[in-house]
Amino acid sequence: MKWERKDILGMKDLSVEEIHMILDTAESFLEVSARDIKKVPTLRGKTIINFFIEASTRTRTSFEIAGKRLSADTINISASASSLVKGETLADTARNLEAMNPDVIVIRHSCAGAPHMLAGLVRQSIINAGDGAHEHPSQALLDMMTIRNRKGGLSGLNVTIVGDIAHSRVARSNIYGLNKMGVCVTVAGPATMIPRDIQQLGVKVCFSLEEAILDADVIMMLRIQTEREQQNIFPSLREYSTFYCLNRENIKKAKKDVLVMHPGPVNRGVEISPEIADGVHSVILEQVTNGVAVRMALLYLLTGASS
Amino acid sequence: MTPKKVVMDAAEIDRSLTRIAYEILEKNKGVEDLVLVGIRTGGVFLAERLRRKILDIEGAEVPCGILDITLYRDDLLLANKKPKIKKTAIPFSLDKKKVILVDDVLFTGRTIRAAMDALIDFGRPRSIQLAVLIDRGHRELPIRADFVGENLPSLLWEDISVNLIEKNGCDEVVIEDSGH
Repeated sequence: MKWERKDILGMKDLSVEEIHMILDTAESFLEVSARDIKKVPTLRGKTIINFFIEASTRTRTSFEIAGKRLSADTINISASASSLVKGETLADTARNLEAMNPDVIVIRHSCAGAPHMLAGLVRQSIINAGDGAHEHPSQALLDMMTIRNRKGGLSGLNVTIVGDIAHSRVARSNIYGLNKMGVCVTVAGPATMIPRDIQQLGVKVCFSLEEAILDADVIMMLRIQTEREQQNIFPSLREYSTFYCLNRENIKKAKKDVLVMHPGPVNRGVEISPEIADGVHSVILEQVTNGVAVRMALLYLLTGASS
Repeated sequence: MTPKKVVMDAAEIDRSLTRIAYEILEKNKGVEDLVLVGIRTGGVFLAERLRRKILDIEGAEVPCGILDITLYRDDLLLANKKPKIKKTAIPFSLDKKKVILVDDVLFTGRTIRAAMDALIDFGRPRSIQLAVLIDRGHRELPIRADFVGENLPSLLWEDISVNLIEKNGCDEVVIEDSGH
């Protein structure tokens, strides 16, 4: 199968075959990251611009390392250090960057649809590294890679996603992606954080943590955005964690070999207790390792695809 | 298009591999510091067979690894060629080792060039030697094999394939006119 797609904008657009291709390719790149000399000459001479308008540790470093391990030239731009502060529009910034002939632009933006706008505007390949609360495809792909490696496959598994579903691009991308691969997805959280009619995306909805994680193969905890405490979505962090924090007591409701995942950064004691975050079920750090491999795979597949 | 011609059958392939195994041991005076690395895909099974033959002859185990050279190819970014990458597995150090690279067919030499670049990234071998089942000529780079099963002068538009039981169900080397 040949890779045809110009951009990676969301899990919604990807086909099952494309997802398999990305995950299979990522497996080989996992091996490169384990070598002494973590470099292959594959993207030598290619230029990758990482344009991060929102803060990020994992995703940004991950994309930068991914590009460098493929021998590409990677450039990082953050909003505060760019002329966006002088009032330059996103479209103008994009056109100016296009004029410097990069090969891939990786963008994270607080507005949903920003990567899609760029994709229509410039001829380079665009990778969405997170647009508002909309999608975060590389995160969902690394999550699927982690599950696939640990469980031997995806189809037929029960995956529960817990937290602020309404504001989570990680949840949305995972829901699209996991559903395509035959996973049974349950979302859980306070009613104020679960969008109405989300069942239409093909997920089960639960408002009780214990009920949601019953017989789960994988539990994905989402970060509670503490800055939203002012928005009356939940009374206090302490009350949230009383009902929705994953700890060593309630985790017994899930399967014995359940995987505990988290996209990071973790609020210890809020959505997940420290002993679970660091415990035997947790694959949180494995997700990060797989993230570099998945991003290497995306960069590899996009360069050289027909535009 | 002319029908395919079988130029080596299972017995001939086996005899060639046996001779190559003896030649490797003779030239390297035994198995000390010897490692085998098979190039995907054809070289992998041949390397494994050589490892078993060496085990039978000398009673010693030679470490055997798998090398996928896709990421080192020089034609990767030419319009739309995105071959599937498979994993490389070299779970031992190459430092100071005598590496025997194994492939099925030596043709332009570009695969071997890529393989050597990959090996150097894994460490500093004491030497790299090349064992191939078929040398079909038409080198485009200054590369040569140390151990050759059969020299098979060929025309550029012919396809030479090494079929092996492990991947194709039978052992034979065939020449086919690719219809130019």
